[in-house]
Amino acid sequence: MLSTRHIIDVQDMTVDDINLILDTAESFKEVNERRIKKLPTLRGRTVVNLFLEPSTRTRTSFEIAAKRLSADGINFTASASATVKGESLADTAATLSAMACDLVVIRHKYAGAPRILTQQMDAHIVNGGDGMHQHPTQALLDLFTMREKLGKLEGLRVGIVGDIAHSRVAGSLIPALRMVGATPVVIGPPTLMPARPEVLGAEFVPSLDEALPGLDVAYLLRVQMERAEGMPFPSVREYSRLFGMNSQRVAMLPNHAIVMHPGPMNRGVEISAEVADSERSLVLHQVNSGVAVRMAVMYLLLGGEASGASA
Amino acid sequence: MALLLRGGRVVDPAVGLDEIADIIIRDGVIVEIGPDLTIPKGITIECAEKIVVPGLVDIHTHLREPGFEYKEDIASGTRAAAHGGFTAVCAMPNTSPICDEGSAVRFIVERAAAHGKVRVYPIGTITVASKGAALAEMGDMVAEGAIAFSDDGSGVQDTGMMRLAMDYAKQFGTTILSHCEDESLAGKGVVNEGVVSTRLGLVGWPSAAEEIHVARDIALCELTGCRLHLAHLSTAGSVAMVRSAKERGLPVTCEVTPHHLFLDEDALTPEYNTSLKMNPPLRTAADKEALIAGLIDGTVDAIATDHAPHAVHEKALEFELAPFGSTGLETALSLAMTHLVSRDDFSMSDLVRVMAHGPRSCLGLPTMRLEAGSVADITVIDPEARVEINAPFFESKSSNSAFMGTTLLGKASEVLVGGQFALRNGKVVD
Repeated sequence: MLSTRHIIDVQDMTVDDINLILDTAESFKEVNERRIKKLPTLRGRTVVNLFLEPSTRTRTSFEIAAKRLSADGINFTASASATVKGESLADTAATLSAMACDLVVIRHKYAGAPRILTQQMDAHIVNGGDGMHQHPTQALLDLFTMREKLGKLEGLRVGIVGDIAHSRVAGSLIPALRMVGATPVVIGPPTLMPARPEVLGAEFVPSLDEALPGLDVAYLLRVQMERAEGMPFPSVREYSRLFGMNSQRVAMLPNHAIVMHPGPMNRGVEISAEVADSERSLVLHQVNSGVAVRMAVMYLLLGGEASGASA
Repeated sequence: MALLLRGGRVVDPAVGLDEIADIIIRDGVIVEIGPDLTIPKGITIECAEKIVVPGLVDIHTHLREPGFEYKEDIASGTRAAAHGGFTAVCAMPNTSPICDEGSAVRFIVERAAAHGKVRVYPIGTITVASKGAALAEMGDMVAEGAIAFSDDGSGVQDTGMMRLAMDYAKQFGTTILSHCEDESLAGKGVVNEGVVSTRLGLVGWPSAAEEIHVARDIALCELTGCRLHLAHLSTAGSVAMVRSAKERGLPVTCEVTPHHLFLDEDALTPEYNTSLKMNPPLRTAADKEALIAGLIDGTVDAIATDHAPHAVHEKALEFELAPFGSTGLETALSLAMTHLVSRDDFSMSDLVRVMAHGPRSCLGLPTMRLEAGSVADITVIDPEARVEINAPFFESKSSNSAFMGTTLLGKASEVLVGGQFALRNGKVVD
């Protein structure tokens, strides 16, 4: 059993919760390799994907996870939603609550939005990314991938490279790494760092080249060219020269070290095509793990209840 | 009609008073203060165990009328003021239509005369529509009753325009109020830049965005000689600059709000409580301590509420979408009694200094002293009254208080405006 009803902020979870999710995901990973990839576990349960910000990858991953557990999945997306008509998030939540949903995955442009849902409905809430705050299932699938490929999490030194300030991925991954005994290091231009990275539990290293030899994982963040107003660095060319992962830089990593990226990638910006397609890159493994981890999250939040459904 | 306030602790540092005394008021004016006074007929108010002080004034109030009457109006806002112990408020001009010309000022004066429970002093804008591009008709507004000018809510971004406004305002002897915010730095910030912005993934509003304007406007004060009042200062650096400006003898005053004095950014948790979203944002504990130190040593002239009522549905939004502001009129005195007067280094006389005399002198309002001949704008405080801050407590139309759910000690029991009750036995007089 998880210690929390919702997955909103990794800091609400215990280390035991994280390990339980990762262990459970391992068994679902096996299911995903079968020809018939479906379990009856969540039959009759309703999962709503409330995606109020454009997303294809994360939404699809949650959708597949719900379907593989036989839950009824409904997509409620921004273009089709009432929010464009001016309905408040609280009212949308109350509406979904009235329809008796069991679990809501929310992706939202603004930090803290999942809390508004918890105040309005009894359903379990999973944060699919809130503003610049958190994206906990991404952090969990990243931990899953690291553990699978490197055999452990404790003691790993993970360099997270790029736009930390605007990244909800980093917002969850940094505290999650700390919780499991790994050491997160943030690397990038100072203009892409949060005001106080040490508050998240990360050490700031300005030079990628200096950091590389000590890393077990090089985790490249997408340069969010659509988000920053006024580029916080002079040019993409300069960014790529200072912080882009290319073959020369991969050679500076220890032999066992891996390269990760949450996607979608800007090839030629934060990662060269050559590295992206190389064996060192686990980008597609991450995507694959994502389905298993999201199945585990849904199963653990809803499955425990289902077994005692009459209660 | 005669009125006797009997047996209260009468406190007014302006006349060196802090003693048990009686006060006789006749025709709206104080006629005698002393021991064992009697009146042949009239009303006697027992003030034993209570504290009688010059009427409190809030120089930073958003009454919201005209245009936003669903949040507050002049009637409800002045009821809230009376409930909180104030005998006068200064109304900020960011209404709709905005208060940037004489007829808009006259509207407020007339509405306040008809519906106000306490005195209302209108503040006009510095620039047309507070857009920072052209001077508003200050002379026209002064003629109709405006007492100061402010582009509150945004602040004048262009330094040349601010200089022009300060030069022009000198002829009226009025004060220019500065909302210190460099928008190119504060940007879309919603919380203090630092620990809380990092922790909650919110855009930061750095202290420097305020301090740059504080430094700029002090320099302009020196250049122009215009009286300058700095609104809702929130940082240690701002207080230090004001202290230094005062040492140089510049005509600079400043205010701080109760929420910046008694809350800091640590109050913001992953609950994303939008009642704690204000502009400027809650700062660090060290900033808070510096504001209190400034209040004690006289650098800070006034506590001002920045009473900013908003409807429930407006605050029940995502943190980044909710409007800035907390209500303040009904909690300021109780907070000051609970958290300041309880200190060894802050006396009841200090409270009178920062909530009654200081506010008046910042904006050049008529003085009020507890002495014979003075207009009877008086606040009576029950220091033992327990106050539960919850929705039913408020006279304001809005209840977006940063202090919701707290319990405070000390509350106004009577408010006299020109000798007339606005508040009696803790209840607003209808």
